[in-house]
Amino acid sequence: MRNQSTDSRGTAPDPVIAARGLTRRYGATAVVDGIDFDIARGEVFGLLGPNGAGKTTTILMMLGLTEISSGEVSVLGFNPAREPLKVKQRVGYLPDAVGFYDHLTAAENLAYTAKLMGLARAERARRIEAALARVGLAEVASKRVATFSRGMRQRLGLAEIIVKRAEIAILDEPTSGLDPQATQEFLGLIGELKAEGITVLLSSHMLDQVQRICDRVALFQGGRIVLMGAVPELAVKVLGAGFVVEVEADGLGIARRLAMIPGVTQVDTLGVDRFRMTAERDVRPDAARAVVTVGGDLRRLSIDEPSLEAIYARHFQIRPRGDVRHAA
Amino acid sequence: MRREGSPFRGLSTVFVKELADHLSSIRMLMLELLIVFTALAALYGAISSLRQNTAEDPFLLLRLFTIDKAPLPSFVAILGFLIPLMAIGLGFDAINSEHNRRTLSRILAQPIYRDALLMGKFLAALATIGISLAALWLLVIGLGLIFLGVPPGGEEIARSMVFLVVAIFYAGVWLSLAMLLSIVFRSPATAALVSLGIWLFLAVLWPMLAPALAQAIAPADPRYALLGLNDPATAIWTQELLRLSPNDLFGEAMLAVLSPTTRTLGPVFLDQLRGAVMGSPLPFGESVMIAWPQTVGLIAGTIVLFAFGYVLFQRQEVRA
Repeated sequence: MRNQSTDSRGTAPDPVIAARGLTRRYGATAVVDGIDFDIARGEVFGLLGPNGAGKTTTILMMLGLTEISSGEVSVLGFNPAREPLKVKQRVGYLPDAVGFYDHLTAAENLAYTAKLMGLARAERARRIEAALARVGLAEVASKRVATFSRGMRQRLGLAEIIVKRAEIAILDEPTSGLDPQATQEFLGLIGELKAEGITVLLSSHMLDQVQRICDRVALFQGGRIVLMGAVPELAVKVLGAGFVVEVEADGLGIARRLAMIPGVTQVDTLGVDRFRMTAERDVRPDAARAVVTVGGDLRRLSIDEPSLEAIYARHFQIRPRGDVRHAA
Repeated sequence: MRREGSPFRGLSTVFVKELADHLSSIRMLMLELLIVFTALAALYGAISSLRQNTAEDPFLLLRLFTIDKAPLPSFVAILGFLIPLMAIGLGFDAINSEHNRRTLSRILAQPIYRDALLMGKFLAALATIGISLAALWLLVIGLGLIFLGVPPGGEEIARSMVFLVVAIFYAGVWLSLAMLLSIVFRSPATAALVSLGIWLFLAVLWPMLAPALAQAIAPADPRYALLGLNDPATAIWTQELLRLSPNDLFGEAMLAVLSPTTRTLGPVFLDQLRGAVMGSPLPFGESVMIAWPQTVGLIAGTIVLFAFGYVLFQRQEVRA
């Protein structure tokens, strides 16, 4: 099984997912419009964007669950349109608002999909027990799913991916509709998957949550990827600088001194003793040193990490119309 | 290019799960109770009328299936009416409920093709109906033994087995139709209403409409009317139109198989009866030959409707 994943296309195991000019059209409208991306093994990759931007369609094309109009995608070296069973054997999928058979128990629901995965009886029981324990559903394993909350269903869906021992976990809107505590728990579980070396692809419109766990993100709009990269990189690209440091200190000529720090692009004077620096890197140590050099008193030194939301807002503010298309 | 892997992978898993769901569902219990009680009433009528004149009928057991005592119709007629209801009840929410429960994309993300899901559901529902009909069949034979006290002969068993097989294919037509509608309509209520509408139309309205349509297509020659006869052209049109309904096909096939004296299902000309010993039963093989076109019609209907549903399901979007 294993050696098949390095066939003609995959000279190396990385990237695990590669899309080239991937397009899905419904009639004349392109829901996904010629996107390219590579996802490396073991990274957490976020597909971000508003509803209807083409995220779910992209995911379904990767699983061979919807037709590809043009372009191609390779998942673990397989073509999902031609070899969907090989792809689906190795990729776990947690759909948006996942559903289960309400009249069956949690363990029975997992047993059904585990049988479809082709697992033998003993192996099935062992994996299901372990997976339910890992997502914290061990004590409700024999309860009907009808009684489960949204968060529990979501975790049960993750347990299914764990049972499969998937190499890639694709999670569609995993945290939407969860309360803050359930969201935290779920993000923690995603972190555990990453620690095990599982590649995680998740889509979301909740930018701040995703920012914390994603190594790289792709921002979707109107079926296209408008921005892609690690969040700090994007901040530099879109906001002009990644870090905003505020300094509260007095001392002669501090503003000039701060502006001389390498990497600082701008210093604004907010008050008599308050300054805001915009920089390409975390310049707090340099700022502290600068204040001390001029003999000033440092009272506060704070940093705003670049927020994905700011990046997103800024990007679409710059080009708000024009290439905005409406996905059906 | 061919897709890799077997379309039947996971078929047995889906089949077993769906069968277990059907057999333990309340819906199935209600349908079974309905059929068993109506069938028992019909059998009771048949038995009581048979006990009065058990003269010299070589096919006493088969009479249990076909004899009717007013106001109750015969056992076969009741089944012809209720089997569609059962098939619709098992099939109308096969696919759309998976959509609505949002389980479809999760199941299809497992390493199986859609073929396995659709086929597994179809076969499980058909097996459920088969099990119920087989139980009913045993019930009839058992009651016949107890109340009539005549052991069934080999030919009677063979003929009633043919009844069982044809009844299962008759259920298959309606099951395919109900599943097709469960693919077309996203709401199970709509699918159920449309299938029940088609069932009522074909079972109740079509037998009344077909003769009227035949009259319009081939108006009766007044010379036949003067002689007090039916125009054969009109009669043939009526029959052909009636045969568009699976209910009629089932009825005709059952008539041929369960009433061994049936020589033909169409209009008969006198010269065709020359040399025939009226009232004498036909051999088993000949009766099956008479019922064969109707049976093939039912099998073909099942396959065509299933294929329609299959194509639609393959092209359907998975997302809710």
